[in-house]
Amino acid sequence: MRISGKYWTLIFLAALIAVTPLFFPSGYYFRVGSLLFVNGLAVTGIVVLTGYAGQISLGQAGFAGIGGYACALAPVHWGVPPALAVVLGAAVSGVLAYLVGRPILRLKGYYLSVASLGFGILVAMVLNNERELTKGPDGINVPDIGLRGLLSDWGLNLTNGEFWYALTGICLLIGAWIALNLQSSPTGRALRALHGSEVAASTVGIDVARVKIQAFVISAIYASVAGSLMALQNKFVTPDIAGFLHSVEMVTMAVLGGVASVPGAILGAGVLTLLPQVLTVLAEYEQLILGLVMMGVMIFLQEGLVPSILRWFRGRDE
Amino acid sequence: MSLLEIQALGISFGGVRAVHDVNFSVEPGEIVSIIGPNGAGKTTLFNMISGVYRPETGRVVLSGETVTGMEPFRLAKRGMSRTFQNLQIFQNMTVLENAITGFHLQERGPVLADLFNLPGSRRRARLAEAGARALLARVGLERAADRDAGSLSYGSLKRLEIARALAMQPKVLLLDEPAAGCNAVETDEIDHLIAEVAASGVAILLVEHDMKMVMRISNHIVVLDHGEKIAEGAPAEVSRNPEVIAAYLGTEAENADG
Ligand SMILES: Nc1ncnc2c1ncn2[C@@H]1O[C@H](COP(=O)(O)OP(=O)(O)OP(=O)(O)O)[C@@H](O)[C@H]1O
Ligand SMILES: [Mg+2]
Repeated sequence: MRISGKYWTLIFLAALIAVTPLFFPSGYYFRVGSLLFVNGLAVTGIVVLTGYAGQISLGQAGFAGIGGYACALAPVHWGVPPALAVVLGAAVSGVLAYLVGRPILRLKGYYLSVASLGFGILVAMVLNNERELTKGPDGINVPDIGLRGLLSDWGLNLTNGEFWYALTGICLLIGAWIALNLQSSPTGRALRALHGSEVAASTVGIDVARVKIQAFVISAIYASVAGSLMALQNKFVTPDIAGFLHSVEMVTMAVLGGVASVPGAILGAGVLTLLPQVLTVLAEYEQLILGLVMMGVMIFLQEGLVPSILRWFRGRDE
Repeated sequence: MSLLEIQALGISFGGVRAVHDVNFSVEPGEIVSIIGPNGAGKTTLFNMISGVYRPETGRVVLSGETVTGMEPFRLAKRGMSRTFQNLQIFQNMTVLENAITGFHLQERGPVLADLFNLPGSRRRARLAEAGARALLARVGLERAADRDAGSLSYGSLKRLEIARALAMQPKVLLLDEPAAGCNAVETDEIDHLIAEVAASGVAILLVEHDMKMVMRISNHIVVLDHGEKIAEGAPAEVSRNPEVIAAYLGTEAENADG
């Protein structure tokens, strides 16, 4: 059987995730790796929304915040196991995305960007101000996910870093698989069609408003799960997770790598996750760097890194 | 009752009456052409019939149901399909994917099945792909199937739009200048294709500046000038109508003959 491009992408990604740890100089790099995977997951959601459907959200961090705080609050207040709190957070994020998107996505233009921006700010405000529930700007503890103990009962002893590297790596693979499935599916075609021409999409029977909402809900769930994984791994979460800067960071990662392709967006997440780690001085100037990267991409590589590089190679072949 | 009835349809833009009080009807298998000089309101009329614009006056009745101003995707379900004068191709897709999109109403299914690549989703996609390949062959684009749509010539894109519209198996097909920008051979092919589609029972509404083609294939012609219907009838009748000749045919007929 011919192996399609989709499975080559997944095999390559899986191999990369499995092999890279052999070269880690210290256990710390497992942590960097899992941070990268979590960012990659959130950015894969942006590929669905922006790359496929052509809609821009500036409030993805709001959903990450909901995912993160679901894991902090649901286990403590309602006794939900932390792993299930991830699902609960995703469900809440999905419903909120539907409610925010529904009135907005019937309209054409940039309304979603503005509304999602407002939504993100609102979530951050609530997390900051509802001190009784969220403990405010200082952040709140998140219970242990508990799965590591389960694994060691089965004789699989992983360090905390290894465990999170593996778990987030698997989640990223699943997320990438789903997004790649979507791309070549009837729904994915409908999303990409409306990106190409809304009027033509509608003419062939695509309910444009409805599929836009589907894309927004899917991307919200990605962001939410990423936020949950981040909070569970850190065992701590602050309202910064829902901050505007985090939303911009996600969009910049997606745009840098190439928002229309899953591997591109993951590469973008990789570059922007690793850069501050490699050059620690840069960490202080994160906002400045995000701004510069965004400007640079818009001016020099409008399609993002991966498509631009591919085009360059193809151009040389001809 | 006709398949498609246009009753007193009108719209204005900034006080200018782009289309005013237009009436006509279309039967299954019939080719009705709308002709008129540039700016006469032909595309605007199409946009109202296909739900892109909401008419200010009048009604559109499709198979006995009033569908005035209904969104295009709802009209698609009721059997209306169209192409665009200013090409509306999905440039971000391949030629094949563009054609498959025409099968949207047949291939769509539960989102979850698509996300997890379930057998049902794969089967739907496979059927649509087979249908799309057959249609591409019908319009002579089968060898371009895997190319980016953006890389095709203008004439090929026109045919791709027709293939996408045919994929919907419409009852009514609106074609806005399908032969514009095509060479003589391509025009001939499109001409045959339209006649073939009409022969299969589809009602066709055609806007076309190529008068030879219009006179040859139309059953009925509606003439617009400044947004108003100034004449209608069989091709022979219309081409003799002095008002039509004055407004339009005079210059065009000379061009077509010379
Ligand atoms: N969206 C719009 N806003 C304002 N004016 C419009 C709009 N659409 C059409 N018009 C005007 O309506 C009139 C009819 O235009 P239309 O495009 O329907 O003509 P047409 O008969 O299709 O011409 P052509 O043969 O050049 O395609 C023109 O004066 C045009 O400027
Ligand atoms: Mg026109």
